[in-house]
Amino acid sequence: MGTGAQSLTFLALLLPFLGAAVAPALTRVFKHNAAWLLALLPLWMFIHFAGFLGTVSAGGTIAGGFDWIPSFGVRFSWFLDGLSLTFALLISGIGTLIVLYSGGYMKGHPQQGRFFSFILMFMGAMQGLVVSDSFMMLFVFWELTSITSFLLIGFDHDREAARRAALQALIVTGMGGLSLLAGLLVIWNITGVQQLSDLLGTGDALREAPFYLLALVLVLGGAFTKSAQFPLHFWLPNAMQAPTPVSAYLHSATMVKAGVYLLMRLNPVLGGTAAWETILPVFGGVTLLVGTVVGIRQTELKQMLAYTTVASLGLLVMLTGFGSDRAIEAAVLYLVAHSMFKGALFMVAGLIDHETGVRDIRRLGGVGREMPVSFAAGTMAALSMGGLPLFFGFLAKEEIYAALTAGSTWGLLLTAVAVTGNALMFAIAFMVGLKPFIGARGDIQKKVHEGPALLWIGPLTLALAGLVSALASEAAHHLVSSPMASAVAGSVLEVHASTVPHIGLPLMLSLVTIALGVAAYLLQDRLRDAVAGALKAIGWGPDRGFDQAIRGLLRFSFVITKIVQNGRLDIYLTVTFATVALVLLVPMFLYGELPEMPSLPGLLPHEWTIFAIAVIGLGAVVYAKDRLTAIVSLGIQGLAVALLFMLFGAPDLSFTQFMIETLSVVILALVMTRLRLSPSDHRPAGEKAVDVIISGACGLAFGLLLLKVTEMPFDATLSRFFEAHSLAIAHGRNIVNVIIVDFRGLDTLGEIAVVMIAGLAILALIRVTTPRKDRPEAAGEG
Amino acid sequence: MEAAFSVLVGLFFAVGIYLILSKHIIRILLGIAIFGNAVNLLIFTSGRIVRSTAPIVPQHLDVLPAGAANPLPQALILTAIVISFSFFAFILVLAFRAYQEIGVDDTTGMRVAEPRGEPLPPMGY
Amino acid sequence: MRTLIFRTAAPYLTALMLLFSIFVLLRGHNEPGGGFIGGLIAASAFAIHGIAFGVRQVRKTLHFHPMAISGFGLFLAVLAGLVSVIAGVPFLTGLWTSPTIGGLTVDLSTPMLFDIGVYLVVVGSITSIALALEGREDD
Repeated sequence: MGTGAQSLTFLALLLPFLGAAVAPALTRVFKHNAAWLLALLPLWMFIHFAGFLGTVSAGGTIAGGFDWIPSFGVRFSWFLDGLSLTFALLISGIGTLIVLYSGGYMKGHPQQGRFFSFILMFMGAMQGLVVSDSFMMLFVFWELTSITSFLLIGFDHDREAARRAALQALIVTGMGGLSLLAGLLVIWNITGVQQLSDLLGTGDALREAPFYLLALVLVLGGAFTKSAQFPLHFWLPNAMQAPTPVSAYLHSATMVKAGVYLLMRLNPVLGGTAAWETILPVFGGVTLLVGTVVGIRQTELKQMLAYTTVASLGLLVMLTGFGSDRAIEAAVLYLVAHSMFKGALFMVAGLIDHETGVRDIRRLGGVGREMPVSFAAGTMAALSMGGLPLFFGFLAKEEIYAALTAGSTWGLLLTAVAVTGNALMFAIAFMVGLKPFIGARGDIQKKVHEGPALLWIGPLTLALAGLVSALASEAAHHLVSSPMASAVAGSVLEVHASTVPHIGLPLMLSLVTIALGVAAYLLQDRLRDAVAGALKAIGWGPDRGFDQAIRGLLRFSFVITKIVQNGRLDIYLTVTFATVALVLLVPMFLYGELPEMPSLPGLLPHEWTIFAIAVIGLGAVVYAKDRLTAIVSLGIQGLAVALLFMLFGAPDLSFTQFMIETLSVVILALVMTRLRLSPSDHRPAGEKAVDVIISGACGLAFGLLLLKVTEMPFDATLSRFFEAHSLAIAHGRNIVNVIIVDFRGLDTLGEIAVVMIAGLAILALIRVTTPRKDRPEAAGEG
Repeated sequence: MEAAFSVLVGLFFAVGIYLILSKHIIRILLGIAIFGNAVNLLIFTSGRIVRSTAPIVPQHLDVLPAGAANPLPQALILTAIVISFSFFAFILVLAFRAYQEIGVDDTTGMRVAEPRGEPLPPMGY
Repeated sequence: MRTLIFRTAAPYLTALMLLFSIFVLLRGHNEPGGGFIGGLIAASAFAIHGIAFGVRQVRKTLHFHPMAISGFGLFLAVLAGLVSVIAGVPFLTGLWTSPTIGGLTVDLSTPMLFDIGVYLVVVGSITSIALALEGREDD
């Protein structure tokens, strides 16, 4: 692949983010018509990626990239095979339609520009996720989709339900992302590769590794949260708080499939084991049943669709984990079919809501005459979802039954699950796609008419795509299904399903499904009441569990904070200094590193005198009865320190210390004369004893430490350097000053900045005054 | 000589920390001033003590003669003295202003930032 | 504290201390002294002046706000570093020159400029603190 194509692919990955940056400005100028312009970005991406179809369908792959963090061997690299390419096409293709649909749906919304921006950002993240080759990049984009999903779900942030749903989705999928990261790190550890394309060539290395199960569970933690598998599915129906274009795009067609994508991607290296073929079908099957059963109980269009999405994801996970080539082909077909019909149905649901103002299925009916295009799109999508001939959904359903019935008794059980689930999904498909348009006129207040072109282009295109791709199934399989299935299986597969019914077991099962589905559709009210009653009897669900967990977390952190930050300075200080003493003393005693007993120091008499003055000064500060004595005593010990510096070869320090002590005494005296306080102690004797012990231990610790340090040989390398070079290269004889202004000038620059900031802060503190009314009344607290 | 200094530094630390541990803001201030001296002396002593030869290259030499004091800790301490004074002045003013505003000279009574009996945070989203 | 003797002696004391502070600053490279010590001496001089004649008088004498002096000092210190950058060597590298002005050879260097910056920062900040504490009532 040439560098030109490579940079174009990089541009395709970057473009959505650039679009996100300019979207608000464009929207300010062109209002909702900015959608026409912004849709060109994903359209161009779609065309760019479609250009790879030839290479990929011939069994080739496209790779490219550059070093990102070379010191860690992390690359920014992409890798396109049948699986990635199909996803890339779905994301950019449906993305184009969604941008247009958003233009109509969010028309007149004050934050429409921001909405476009978020949608494009998500598109970029999702696109990056599916074409990522390096683990790091996969993880970054994975989390980026969670974050953009958070922003989009919480788009109407002034509603608490939206905020809750956004946070819930972020927490669940974000935790899953961390689990995925851990899983990828384990895989990296086992195999030593951090590129997906390299990983696919490692054969059985992962499956035979002792930590295989750990890696599997961690990866599933990521996949199951993102793809909303029971019992972590609850965030997805709540995510319907987002505006409908988001539900159609993120929460049915693309983002929630990231988990399935991950499973499919890793199937060649992780799949095929007993664990894989047990965990996936069990979780998937349960999710399928829970999703459809709870879905039939819903009355709101988007909620019904959301639960069928949960169910469909369960079905996909089940098929991915079933472990036969046929099941993989079925999963691939169903994934593509689902993206098309579910995206279309969501958009139709949004269209109905937009035009009638009603979302309740029980109040909808008979608007087909006024909304013929929506009617057509909805019905076609429902036919595909119901798995009726001539539509892509039919191909998928035939293939599913063919795959499941080819198995053992285990397969029979899963077949039963699939038939039940599909029948209920059939019912829900027609409740959403057909019922609002036919029958008696529902309870609708608004004057109904067809939505604008921006709103119906999307659903109509997707619904027609479901028809066309089924009619031209040979071409579709050649270009999309077969390469994708081959990538998932890790070996070459040819998909042959066509829309012409073949007499056989799968067709029989399809007929059963349709019969059951029709029955469920006709009995929908009674079915709804029955499920509602059962759910009410159970009462508790993971959704409420989430609330309880969050509340528990808040309470827990509140209690911990109260203990750790109790607001008592004396306790903070006591703990700090007790820790200091322990940290210094315990290792010294534990490892026998105590200093040797020093000999009596040979100090001269005047030096002893100054030591004595320092000690007297210290004692006087502690025992001072009035403030003046305390200040003077403080001056005395400071003066003694200055004299010590003078006697032991540090005239610079001595001068500085002397000036500082003088100034300290002056400003202390200035403040103290205003502060009507006595410096005498008012602590009870018990507290005093504790403080004496702690401070004594600290003093002992520092004394011993210093003694030990000075007993060690002294490394004078640095000092020698300064001594040798001070005059030679810095032209100064006073080495201390040369170090300050020249060798370590940058430190000094920082230090004088600190001095200046302290001056400013003091000035501010003195100038600021609290208004009388804000002043806390602390009379009773002293 | 270092031994004598070690004992003195230990004493400085003990007195400084003892004063800091009292709840009285004036005593805490005095403690911090002494604590600063203790740290400076600690650095000074760990650079080893030499009697009376300042680290200044004599006029007739190009390099500091052996036996002079170690210049490095001195350079560190010199800036530390000035900074600890600025810091001391700052907390002095802070304590003064706090006393003016709150009216207590005891840290147990200073509960404006972390008041007693704070309610639970809101449980909504 | 505003006794007659103190008030009479204070101006001379202040002037002498200021002169001494500049002496200490300039000799700092070769003898004990330098910007920090010089700055502290000068700040003490202003503090004494303030005690003798009141803060308002000192502020008038200084003309600039002490924090402005401090800021100018920081500016000079950074400038001393930037001269090196312009000369093409790393920030704060010392540069020396000895131009002859009126027949007198003067040694100039960026570390000297830097030390003057340090001096001004210390003078400004400490004077500001001292004055703020001395004269809050009439401020």
